[in-house]
Amino acid sequence: MIIAVLTGFLLAFFLLCLTKPLSARMSMVLSFLPVGLFVYFVTLLIRIFSGPTLFYNYSWVPSMEIDLQFKVDGLSALFSLLITGVGALVFLYSSSYMKEHRYINRFYAYLSMFMASMLGLVLADNLLLLFIFWELTAISSFFLIGFNNTSAASRKSSLVAWGITAGGGFFLMAGLVFIGSIAGTYSLQEMLNSSEVLKSHPLYGLILFFFFMGAFTKSAQFPFHFWLPGAMKAPTPVSAYLHSATMVKAGIYLIARFTPILGGTIYWNNTLLIVGGITMLYSAFHSIFRVDMKSVLAYSTISALGILVFLLGLGTHEAFVAAIVFIVVHALYKAGLFLITGVIDHQTGTRDLTKLRGLRYSMPILAIAGILAALSSAGIPLTVGFIGKDLIYEATWGGSNAVFLTACALVVNVLLACAGYLAGIGPFLGSKSDEIVVDHHPSFLMWLPPLLLGVLSIVLGCFPGIMNEIVQRVLLSMQQEEELALKIWHGFNTILIISLATIALGVVLFLLWKPSVGKMNIVARLEHISPESIAKATARIFTDIAARYTLFMHNNYLRSYLRKIMLFFVCLIGYYLIKNVHLQINLDNLTAIKIYEVVVFLIMVVAIITVIISPSRLVAIIGTGVVGYCICLIFVFFGAPDLAMTQFTIDTLTTVLFVLVLLRLPSFLNTKDGLARTRDGILAGFVGLIISVIALQVLNEPTDKTVSMFYADNAYLLAKGKNVVNVILVDFRGYDTFVEITVLTIAAIGVFGMLKIRSSEIE
Amino acid sequence: MKILLLRTASNYLLPLLLLFSIFTLLRGHYEPGGGFVGGLIASIAFILHSLAHGLESTKKILRRPPFFLIPIGLAVAILSGLLPLFFGQPFMTGMWMDNPLPIIGLVGTALFFDIGVYIVVIGVTLTILFTISESI
Repeated sequence: MIIAVLTGFLLAFFLLCLTKPLSARMSMVLSFLPVGLFVYFVTLLIRIFSGPTLFYNYSWVPSMEIDLQFKVDGLSALFSLLITGVGALVFLYSSSYMKEHRYINRFYAYLSMFMASMLGLVLADNLLLLFIFWELTAISSFFLIGFNNTSAASRKSSLVAWGITAGGGFFLMAGLVFIGSIAGTYSLQEMLNSSEVLKSHPLYGLILFFFFMGAFTKSAQFPFHFWLPGAMKAPTPVSAYLHSATMVKAGIYLIARFTPILGGTIYWNNTLLIVGGITMLYSAFHSIFRVDMKSVLAYSTISALGILVFLLGLGTHEAFVAAIVFIVVHALYKAGLFLITGVIDHQTGTRDLTKLRGLRYSMPILAIAGILAALSSAGIPLTVGFIGKDLIYEATWGGSNAVFLTACALVVNVLLACAGYLAGIGPFLGSKSDEIVVDHHPSFLMWLPPLLLGVLSIVLGCFPGIMNEIVQRVLLSMQQEEELALKIWHGFNTILIISLATIALGVVLFLLWKPSVGKMNIVARLEHISPESIAKATARIFTDIAARYTLFMHNNYLRSYLRKIMLFFVCLIGYYLIKNVHLQINLDNLTAIKIYEVVVFLIMVVAIITVIISPSRLVAIIGTGVVGYCICLIFVFFGAPDLAMTQFTIDTLTTVLFVLVLLRLPSFLNTKDGLARTRDGILAGFVGLIISVIALQVLNEPTDKTVSMFYADNAYLLAKGKNVVNVILVDFRGYDTFVEITVLTIAAIGVFGMLKIRSSEIE
Repeated sequence: MKILLLRTASNYLLPLLLLFSIFTLLRGHYEPGGGFVGGLIASIAFILHSLAHGLESTKKILRRPPFFLIPIGLAVAILSGLLPLFFGQPFMTGMWMDNPLPIIGLVGTALFFDIGVYIVVIGVTLTILFTISESI
């Protein structure tokens, strides 16, 4: 199992190491990986039909409760099959679509990395592992969407997608950590038992919020939907993969996976219903206002995702069945439509629906595939789409608010049917156009995958019984146990009438509705109140604030940095000291003050006053040096010769360094500005006061002598040294010293690099 | 700062201070001193020389850029830690000779570690100071 999940990463790594671009034949060979995985998951699926859920456990970081725990149950098997199945077709298709692309290696590397992350996500049984894969899908889709990295639009949309999904990821992480710590386990399987604990926990609302933020951003729910249409800047096979089987369904998977754990409450259901409902209506309307084929498809994907969330929100048995079947339906037709769009784009160079027509003459087989996909998306009988649609109506008609919910579903389905026709049939209808030049017939690698998907839609539509077993298994993993049999024919009833009405209205709408730039402009006029532009405005505000903040905090003047640091220090520590510390000076422990101590003290006072009032930098530096040497003397007086020696040498060196640096600086600093000096003086006084208070306070704290006693007792016994300080440095804490000299080295490299590079630039 | 007095003095002070720094380094295990302070004293010796004679002549004495010392020092330190591994003891175990050497005294791996620190400190200090005084 672990091999199955991780081979994609290995392949990606291997591909990135290759220096020569893959040939078309080699890239076809790559598709053995998804094909092999698909077969593997089919065998697993057969195993779980007859037996219990399969578990795989590999130890990874047991101390943090992260283990490579994988689980194959109905839900994960269904998703694995979609990922690897559609993945196989996309791999095959890309070997022709991306043929002779300069960065084909990179493309396949990203694609297989993406596939592996998705597999890991749906198979993981450990929350933290699941989250790791969740973020990996965001990262790899960032690479995929921004694949054409020379185009600014492509880079931007990948950044938007990344920002939205990874931002949601943060929320999800918080949510998962809450869930895990409340349930006391990070294993999804064990968590099923703590469902009641979670639901009755006072933090349940917060958890739901975090969780939904993660799921909704990933699955492009309103108002986070806008990254998905942007994601079509990716090469078309990628869109096919992202939209149909994988990335965006990750959120759906997550919601389905957590339905038995967190679901079933009124908050859960209503949130899903409302968000899903708004999403499906909003983007279904949007989809038919677009003229770019990919745009149409992108919005219809969002709408489909809305339907799925909506169904999961309904929360009835029928709704779950409908959702599961609709996942399959949507994956089949949406992947097909995207692949067809890719072929059309590849052959004609445009995706503009107002220009494309009559392509059935030059690409007859593709036309068949397109029609099949469109029919399935419209839910014509004998396609799997029909079954899916029937089930949706059954779900909405069965519960409360039946009329309203069914009406919503009806509107969405009509619009989606129209969108499907627009993309799947529109380009092939009509007279042959002279505008469109088809240079050559597409290779079989490009028309076969969409045709296969179309045929599969028909096969599943005619024999829905094939899906019975797996749907039941998926229901089982969502803790729903009921017998079910998917049928083509449910008898004459209301649902059939609604279903037929949908088809009829869809056809009528398609015939009457011609996409045009004018209609798109109507939508564009409302653009400024769309969530996308609101998000952009928010982002602008953020950068604005960041710029101001940077200007304020990082103005490149060391003295201003120091001032801010000290001010912060004074406020924070000062606040703490005033609140918590009751200062008392214990005079008992003081020894008699010797005359030479008083002398040193007086010298220090004089030196400090010199530093403050001296108009010359050099004098000020010498003054600080004097203070340093006096401190050395104090160390000597109180029996710390090691400290004194180090202080002495360091102080000498820093003074030299200061002199070196400051002597050559321009003398623009106005040291005669009385106001600035007063301000700095007051600040410095406060810092000094606080340090003194802390020092006095430290004396009052009871000290624990065990550590120092240990060193004193064992220095000679264990390390044969009489100087405890040195023994600690080179023996007891030798590792620390070693790391310290390494740090020193890094500092030297830093200074060297910074100054040398700058001076060479000036030259 | 080419003062004759300082120039003349620094000619004698450089070897004396270097000797003193080695003395400080070697006595570190028993009396105040050690690699860190020793290294700083040696650096001061070179800096003093460079202040009196100019950077170029100090560089001539050093022959190579001070940066060169850093990897040597790090290597000496890590080798002294690795040495016990050859005798089947854990990394950085202190190992000692049975009998003290004349003048130097008892020698152990800790001393070599300290020598490594000494060399690194000289390298780092001189690199930073030389770079800064050259660049400004």
